[in-house]
Parts: sequence; structure tokens; C-alpha cells
Amino acid sequence: MVDQKNPDWRIVITGVGLTSPNGNNLAEYRENLLQGKSGIEKIDIRYMGEVLAGVCNFDEFKYQKKKERRRGTRAGSVGIYCAHEAISDSGIEFDSFDKSRIGIYCGVTEHGNVETENEVFNISQYDYDVKYWSHHHNPRTVANNPAGEISLNLKITGPHYSIGAACAAGNLGVIQGCQMLRLKEVDMALAGGISESIHTFGIFASFKSQGALAWHEDPERASRPFDLDRNGIVCSEGGCLYTLERLPDAQKRGAKIYGEVVGYGVNSDAVDFVLPQPKGQTDCLNMALNNAGLKADDINIVNTHATSTPQGDIQECIAIRNVFGKSKNVWVNNTKSYIGHAMGAAGALELAGNLPAFEDKIVHPTINVDKLDPECALDNLVINQPKQIEQVNYILNNSFGMLGINSALIVKHFEI
Amino acid sequence: MTRDDVRNAVIRILADIAPDEDFDGLNDEEKLRDQFDLDSMDFLDIVMELRKRYNIEVPEADYERLVTMTSCIDYLQPLLKNQQMAS
Repeated sequence: MVDQKNPDWRIVITGVGLTSPNGNNLAEYRENLLQGKSGIEKIDIRYMGEVLAGVCNFDEFKYQKKKERRRGTRAGSVGIYCAHEAISDSGIEFDSFDKSRIGIYCGVTEHGNVETENEVFNISQYDYDVKYWSHHHNPRTVANNPAGEISLNLKITGPHYSIGAACAAGNLGVIQGCQMLRLKEVDMALAGGISESIHTFGIFASFKSQGALAWHEDPERASRPFDLDRNGIVCSEGGCLYTLERLPDAQKRGAKIYGEVVGYGVNSDAVDFVLPQPKGQTDCLNMALNNAGLKADDINIVNTHATSTPQGDIQECIAIRNVFGKSKNVWVNNTKSYIGHAMGAAGALELAGNLPAFEDKIVHPTINVDKLDPECALDNLVINQPKQIEQVNYILNNSFGMLGINSALIVKHFEI
Repeated sequence: MTRDDVRNAVIRILADIAPDEDFDGLNDEEKLRDQFDLDSMDFLDIVMELRKRYNIEVPEADYERLVTMTSCIDYLQPLLKNQQMAS
């Protein structure tokens, strides 16, 4: 359990930097969630043609030189944008901050597929002669790439690495940041998740082969968790990094505090490569509650992981019923219905979309539910219209991934 | 290609590799690395682009011949004399 009596164990979120298919900062993103505005569109992808995807339109050159971008990756570019935005939002005096005491922890679902596919395609234009293979391939594809590009860009000399945890990685990035702050390995963490996955055809092709790739003539209607007509995942790119600090440090500098990370659970199903398991998820949710010293009734909003696959959504609903079935004041929503599945960024981005609820007390709905699947009909599922509630003290954020990795993160409204 | 053509070909490659730089005031006698933000990976890019655009192989022992614009032209012009500019 988190030692709440030790102030240095209390970790708070003091800055948010994000790019989502429907917003390039928290205010824009939140507004679009409350307005029901999706960010899904049709794109053409190598070998596959038209697919549906969530595409971000942030300015890559706001914080990056053209040469940096040319040499690096889309994931690096997303990360650099989010890191600058988070630092700026935090109000921290970055120039005078000891850069060796900042850690960069980026959750990623996968990394390297984009550049590898590009290079294979490149050498295919030269009869597969490998002397045309780029010398940039290795620095672009090492697993720490996006975090490393942030380090290079911002001259941060503390630790930087990726946390590979499939689609639970966004939560895991935040958790890693909290752990390193508690261990006093660093004094500030840039932590969250990043996805460039829409630039690799392999992700789409594999979901399609698995029968788990969404299609709808209207792209904005394609990601529809809990709806009877859901037919799979919409892949998205995006990123969300937080500045995390120990509470006394944040208070000392009079920082704005978005919330306090009061608990988390991480476990593994150890059952199947792809199919989620209600038992593992249930255990994970209970772990998070125990870690935070809370009861199910204490939670106000549960942001579901549900990806709009026929089976996965049902499995998660079983787990939520197991834990929250008797809790009348727990409201359940979903963010992928707007932005698709931002893969490694999903957990961090979806949490961010809910954080403003601490102030406005509005639960953004899961959209695109025309015919609610009876197996997903949770009592307090917020559908299609935002729900004003009386109090938001705790948000629980689910994020699960392939190979059976489960995570749940609990953030508390911080009151001075 | 004439010497001017070779110079233009090299500048085109440099402009792609270092898009933030302005090559208008390039001094042909001064080392490229002293005038622009270029490192060893950029020189490998020059070698790769010469390979892709003009089918020229620059062996590692000859990399030093790419140090200034004049040395580039001296080295590349005999290799490119029968080629047209890449579009």
C-alpha cells in the first residue's frame, strides 16, 4: 500500500502534454470529448489501401528542427512535442532545473516496426540490395528511441527508457515515473505513453487477420465500444506525457496540481497471447484499490480500456461488474470511442481526458452506442451524453494489453 | 556533368540532409563541417545519396575527399562526367 504518511511517497501530476486525434492540448481535447467530437478518418496505408485511423495534426516543427525530424522517428516527434508541452504546462523553471535529475519514461506498445517496414520497402526498390539499408535504422528502432529523442532534444541527462507493455504501456509509464520518484532516483519524471503505430501496415494487417480491425463507412462511427455492431479496433497515433513530482517539491514551488496518483495495480493473466481474461482484470482492479487503501464505492469514474472488439469489451465488463457491481455511484465511460486505440499512448491519453472531471464534475460519455450490447449493459455506463455528477474524488483508469498484461491506475482529486 | 553541375548536385543532397541550413553562402574551400551543422552520420547520408541518385560507390578510404566542396567536385566530377543531373 502507498505510504500516505510519508509526504515524499505522494506523487502528483503537475503538467500535461498531449497530442490526440481530436486535440493537441488538454483544453482542446477535453472540449472535444464533451462535444462528442471524434478524431477518426480514412487513410491510405502501404499494401492495404484504405483503413481507418486516428491521426494527430500537431506541429512537428514547433519544438524540433527539420534535420532532427528527418533523422528521428514519428514516435520521437510525438514524444518531443508532448514533453515540451508538459514542461511548459507545469510552470517549472526548466532552464535552472538539474537535468540529471529528470527521468523520461515512455510507454510503448511496440517500436521499430515503422522504420523496419520503411527500410524493407526502400531496399525493395533496389532489388533488395542491403547496401541501400539506412545507417539510421538502428538508432531509429532501438526500444528507447522516443525517450532518447526527448533526452537529446531537451538536453535531459537523467535516465530515459521505454516501458514495453503492449496497450497497457501508457499506465505503466506513469507507474514507472511514480516508482522512480519514490525511490528518489529522480526529482521530476516525464512519464506516460506514445504511439506511432498507424505508420506500420503490420499492425493493421495483423488485427485484420485476427478479425479485430474495425470498419465503418463513416470513420467517426467505427470505434464503438459496448455497441452491438462493434467490429474491432481503430488504430491511432498519439502521445501523452505528464510531469510528475513528489508532493513537497510541487507544493514548494506552488505548482498547479491536476491530481495525485494514489494507487495502481499491475498483473498478468498468464493464460493467452491475445484474449483478455476477466479474472486477471478483476484481480488487477482489486490490487489497485488495495494499493490505494480504497473501497470500490470510493471511485467515481472508471475509464474503461474497451477497444471495441466483440469479445474484449464483454470480458472487461465482467471484471467491472465483479468489482463495482454493487457500487451505485461509480460511473463508467470510454475514451477510445472518440480517438480510437492509441496503443502505447492509450492509458495516459485516456486518463488525461478524464482529469478535468475533478473540476467540472462531468463524466464524458462513450459515444457511438446505438444498440447497447446487453452483455455490456453496466448499470452506470455513461452513453452518448455527458453526465454531470456531484463529486469526483477518484478516477480509476484501466489499460490492458496483449500477452495478458493488466494495469489500473487511481488518481485522486488534490485538495489543498 | 560539368563542375557546376556536380556542385549543384552536391548542394541538392546537402539541402535534403540538412534542411535547416542555408547553403547560399557556401565557401567551396572551407570544410563543410566547419560551415554547417554536419556530423559523421550526415556524411554517411551523402555517401548513400550518391549511391542512390548516381550509382556511385565512395569507399571508406575516400570519405576524406568529401571534406570541402572543391574536394567533392574534384573527386566526383570524373565519376559523374557521363551522367545527367538527377531530377
